[in-house]
Amino acid sequence: MMDNTTNPVQTMAEMTQNGVSPEVLFWVGCAGSFDDRSKKITKAFVELLQRANVSFAVLGPEESCTGDPAKRAGNEFLFQMQASTNIEVLNGYQVKKIVTACPHCFNTLKNEYPQLGGQYEVLHHTQFLHQLIEEGRLNIESKTEYKGKKITFHDPCYLGRANKEYEAPRALIKKLSAELVEMKSCKEKGLCCGAGGAQMFKDAEKGDKEINIERTEQALDTNPEIIAAGCPFCNTMLHDGVTNKGKESKVAVLDIAQLLAQTESL
Amino acid sequence: MYLSSILFAVVFFVAIGMFTRNIRRIIRNINLGRKTDRSDQKSKRWKHMTRVALGQSKMVVLPIAGLLHIIVYIGFIVINIELLEIVLDGFLGTHRVLSPYLGGTYDVLIATFEIFALLVILAVSVFWLRRNTMKIRRFWKPEMKRWPKKDADYILYIELVLMFLFLTMNASDYWLQQHPEGQSYYTQAGSFPVSSWITPFFDGMSYASVVSIERTAWWLHILGILAFLNYLYYSKHLHILLAFPNTFYANLNPLGRFSHSEAVANEVKLMMDPSADPYAPPTVESEPLHFGVSDVNDLNRVQLMNAYSCTECGRCSDVCPANQTGKKLSPRKIMMDTRDRLEQVGKQLNRGLEMDNNTLLDNYISREELWACTTCNACVEACPISIDPLSIIMDMRQYLVLEQSSAPTELNAMMTNIENNGAPWPFNQQDRLNWSKE
Ligand code: SF4
Ligand code: SF4
Repeated sequence: MMDNTTNPVQTMAEMTQNGVSPEVLFWVGCAGSFDDRSKKITKAFVELLQRANVSFAVLGPEESCTGDPAKRAGNEFLFQMQASTNIEVLNGYQVKKIVTACPHCFNTLKNEYPQLGGQYEVLHHTQFLHQLIEEGRLNIESKTEYKGKKITFHDPCYLGRANKEYEAPRALIKKLSAELVEMKSCKEKGLCCGAGGAQMFKDAEKGDKEINIERTEQALDTNPEIIAAGCPFCNTMLHDGVTNKGKESKVAVLDIAQLLAQTESL
Repeated sequence: MYLSSILFAVVFFVAIGMFTRNIRRIIRNINLGRKTDRSDQKSKRWKHMTRVALGQSKMVVLPIAGLLHIIVYIGFIVINIELLEIVLDGFLGTHRVLSPYLGGTYDVLIATFEIFALLVILAVSVFWLRRNTMKIRRFWKPEMKRWPKKDADYILYIELVLMFLFLTMNASDYWLQQHPEGQSYYTQAGSFPVSSWITPFFDGMSYASVVSIERTAWWLHILGILAFLNYLYYSKHLHILLAFPNTFYANLNPLGRFSHSEAVANEVKLMMDPSADPYAPPTVESEPLHFGVSDVNDLNRVQLMNAYSCTECGRCSDVCPANQTGKKLSPRKIMMDTRDRLEQVGKQLNRGLEMDNNTLLDNYISREELWACTTCNACVEACPISIDPLSIIMDMRQYLVLEQSSAPTELNAMMTNIENNGAPWPFNQQDRLNWSKE
């Protein structure tokens, strides 16, 4: 068997040089590239891609912020500069299909790049993983450690309401034979973790509570063993919330890719 | 009879005239906004309007309020069929002019109206109790003080009074139909399953006084309806008309696709492509004079129609994460402020006054509110008539950043990072693949 863990991740530039065109481009995103918690999600997802023998590439140093936080902060100008630069790179490699573990990148690439000349098939990693399992390319049947465990899923705003994808992540959790428990507000009514709209990068306005605490309380009300997330920002916000409640030793906050990947690599 | 017909005609045409003037003002004010093209996807738009406005699909998300609202809504439509006869009678000086033509159907219709009138009375009473005695959070937010609170209660009172007048009118009519003196004029018509319970109260009164009760109830009922028609302009109740165009012109794109600025696209093209012709004519008409929104005339017409349509129900603010955690931001207030400001501008236009120096930004909506939004779209999803408060927040943020460079400091730092090294944090773009080697 091939030793996947040492298999280097190839960039688009390297692949093109070797005359290969990958099935899909993995858009890592800024959080997935630089943030310590999020890098674990990136690695878990890569491990799954490799296990399913998906031919994929990343942009590496040629990737740049999609411009999402700039656009949500009101800087349409900076957003379009970022988008144009990225589209030039993506179109240069004739990219057709993109997968990403960040719902913000997902939404921006999918919905806001077309008007600027970037037309791609864009998938959130939970959608892609679900496809891989359905097509029989990825096998997780042997994973029994989640059997009967209570897992609650936090809908990322930019995957859920923004793009109406509520089922793919849930289908994956069910595939783990885990017990999926829903929070008081879920799906269309899912409560934001507090990070969207560029809030991740600033302090909250004056109020009587932090949004991530409110959401964490809703999650903890379901008495879960694991809070599953599908977004690096939600992941951080909920992890902070759980820590704030002193529950970090009892309740884990994990991305769905991390749940599916080998536990020892977490 | 002759005199009362003339009187009726005068009252009726004055009321309709005033109503038309109000509608004209609304259209004029909405047209102060920028044009926006929503002429696409016609069939999808019809379906959306039918489902959301006519079918009330979003109202039932909250089952109790939704059911009560549907009763009042259907009651309103059904009972207004009777209005046709009332108006005809008013003009012609007749009494129940349609009854000879409809025969047995007439009885069924009147009975249906009466049952709905009773249901409306019950539903409106529960609405009043919910609003005034129960601690339902969305009815007690700061923006619901003073006029908005009174408006909400007035509407319930008016509806109650109108229904009671309608039933009193029928009850006295029924009494008169059975009275020997009334047989000739008060033709036996209609079936009165509800108001026949009120009829016994008239026993012992003289024929003349019951006639005057019937006439008074008839007049007050129609006057009340005409007055209510003219009250709409000042009320959140305008939604009974505007919910339809408002849902028709709703944004049907995925909620995650925020509006695209062609004006910025042109500037970016110039910057990225040195060979582009800087004097090329703009590709879109009605280019804004500046980026983003600081006042109502920078908003587009759908956003302004949104403001007039808002029912002030607060479902948006109820699900807003910022509002839930005690921040100042309330998407409902964004819509109410927009309407208030638009009305203020409209009033100055009506009177031919010089415009004040106020703007929607700062004088109505504070920066603190704008920066508290997480762009989560919960408000948009929750709105029963497809209003988009988020688009207004975003357009105003755009003004703050692009025209005033006044984003919060941390956001400026984030944007500088993106500009310099392609990430919101100060990491080197060359290091983007380091994770694969760790
Ligand atoms: S989009 Fe903004 S205003 Fe609307 S619910 Fe979310 S945080 Fe509140
Ligand atoms: S914007 Fe919609 S949800 Fe919010 S108060 Fe107005 S009608 Fe209700």
